[in-house]
Amino acid sequence: MFEKAFALIFNTDHELFAIILLSLQVSLCALCLASIAGVPVGALTGLKKFRFRGGVVSLLNTFMGLPPVVVGLCVYLTLSRSGPLGFMSLLYTPSAMVIAQTILAFPIVASLTHSAVVGVDPVIKQAAKTLGASPLQESLTVVKEARYGITAAVIAALGRVMAEVGAILIVGGNIAGYTRVMTTTIALETDKGNFELALALGIILLAISLLINVVLHMVQRKGHFQDKK
Amino acid sequence: MSLRLSIDRISKSYDGNAVLDGCRFEFEAGKTYALIGSNGSGKSTFLRICALLEQPDKGAVRFFCGDAEQPHEIPLKRKITLVLPKTGVFNSSVFNNAAYGLKIRGIAGNEIKEKAARILKLVKLAGKSAQNAQTLSSGETQRLGIARAMVFEPEIIFLDEPTAFVDAESKGIIEELISKFKDRQRTVIIATHDLHQAERLDSQILSMTEGRLKLL
Ligand SMILES: Nc1ncnc2c1ncn2[C@@H]1O[C@H](COP(=O)(O)OP(=O)(O)O)[C@@H](O)[C@H]1O
Ligand SMILES: [Mg+2]
Repeated sequence: MFEKAFALIFNTDHELFAIILLSLQVSLCALCLASIAGVPVGALTGLKKFRFRGGVVSLLNTFMGLPPVVVGLCVYLTLSRSGPLGFMSLLYTPSAMVIAQTILAFPIVASLTHSAVVGVDPVIKQAAKTLGASPLQESLTVVKEARYGITAAVIAALGRVMAEVGAILIVGGNIAGYTRVMTTTIALETDKGNFELALALGIILLAISLLINVVLHMVQRKGHFQDKK
Repeated sequence: MSLRLSIDRISKSYDGNAVLDGCRFEFEAGKTYALIGSNGSGKSTFLRICALLEQPDKGAVRFFCGDAEQPHEIPLKRKITLVLPKTGVFNSSVFNNAAYGLKIRGIAGNEIKEKAARILKLVKLAGKSAQNAQTLSSGETQRLGIARAMVFEPEIIFLDEPTAFVDAESKGIIEELISKFKDRQRTVIIATHDLHQAERLDSQILSMTEGRLKLL
């Protein structure tokens, strides 16, 4: 069984390749959208004091653990023909999967960015001020100081969306050659008893996860001597 | 026209404990002042208020250019600086730290290079330009903190115990830099525990007691 799985990987099976490509496309697209929205939201909640700040931060933290199937269900209901966005006919398309993944990734990016920005030594802000920074320059300096933590936030979110199956199965429908990605294929093929393909994808997914974690670890270490002085 | 600082009966208390209590003083432009006083007497608080990082509860900090009082806005804030007791170096190269004040003032790249390189040479950090600033020793960090503040040639510089935790060599380098700065008719106000240092810098001695300043 393992031999066949490896054969599938090394013979660069066309179907397998298309599935991996779609997985990466959907996840990276969602990650981009989630980062464009999540980094500024996380940075603002870390930098500025405003009413309901505590509430917003708790909400983001709670949403970090959103059950994917619930997100899938909500997106399904919104995009289904009778739903508010039904006219866009997005259900069972890669776009629907991107939407669901973005919703899952956003709170992770925002919440971890918030922690990274809050974790910057307050003396940095003071130093920027004494050197003549305007309020905006001061904030940008603090965000820049948190850059490794913010990168780690984005990578952590990528890890989550790559491994996700529940939400994209519901809104994507796992249509062969169209919305079928690694995780949904594994679920389906395992169900069918077709273990070779499932295993081949499982190995690749594991390798990608490993890579993501190695990079995450490296980024975190790079940010580490931040705490020294 | 040089910038002149006038302190008008400022008071400050934390949690009901008065730290500064009707403190007043007229600083003359171009002179050096050494601020002495026991631990907790309020020197750091005084410097933070003078450098416009904090507001006094009562009284006012005023800056004059000739007879014209300067509003507490960015143009004024960019003519003064405070070297904090804890430097707070940015997680970047030594060069980028030294260049920070110039960059945020929108100065041209080649001028930044030249000025930052010159100041790093003065504090004997030229050889470490490319090194991450957070890997410097405490003496080097303190020197970088002063270089970073002097690079944009402020008119008034406040220094909060800049040589408290450094060895004799760093101390010498720092004092030399301060002396150079003095020679250019800039105002220096330095908190220190070292009376010899105050003498070496040829400074007027101000003592902080019971929340007030007294010229000795
Ligand atoms: N941010 C603050 N909050 C509360 N108390 C403070 C704060 N800053 C200073 N103090 C208090 O004010 C007093 C003067 O402190 P400081 O100005 O640091 O004195 P010095 O620099 O002369 O040693 C101390 O008793 C200190 O505990
Ligand atoms: Mg002090």
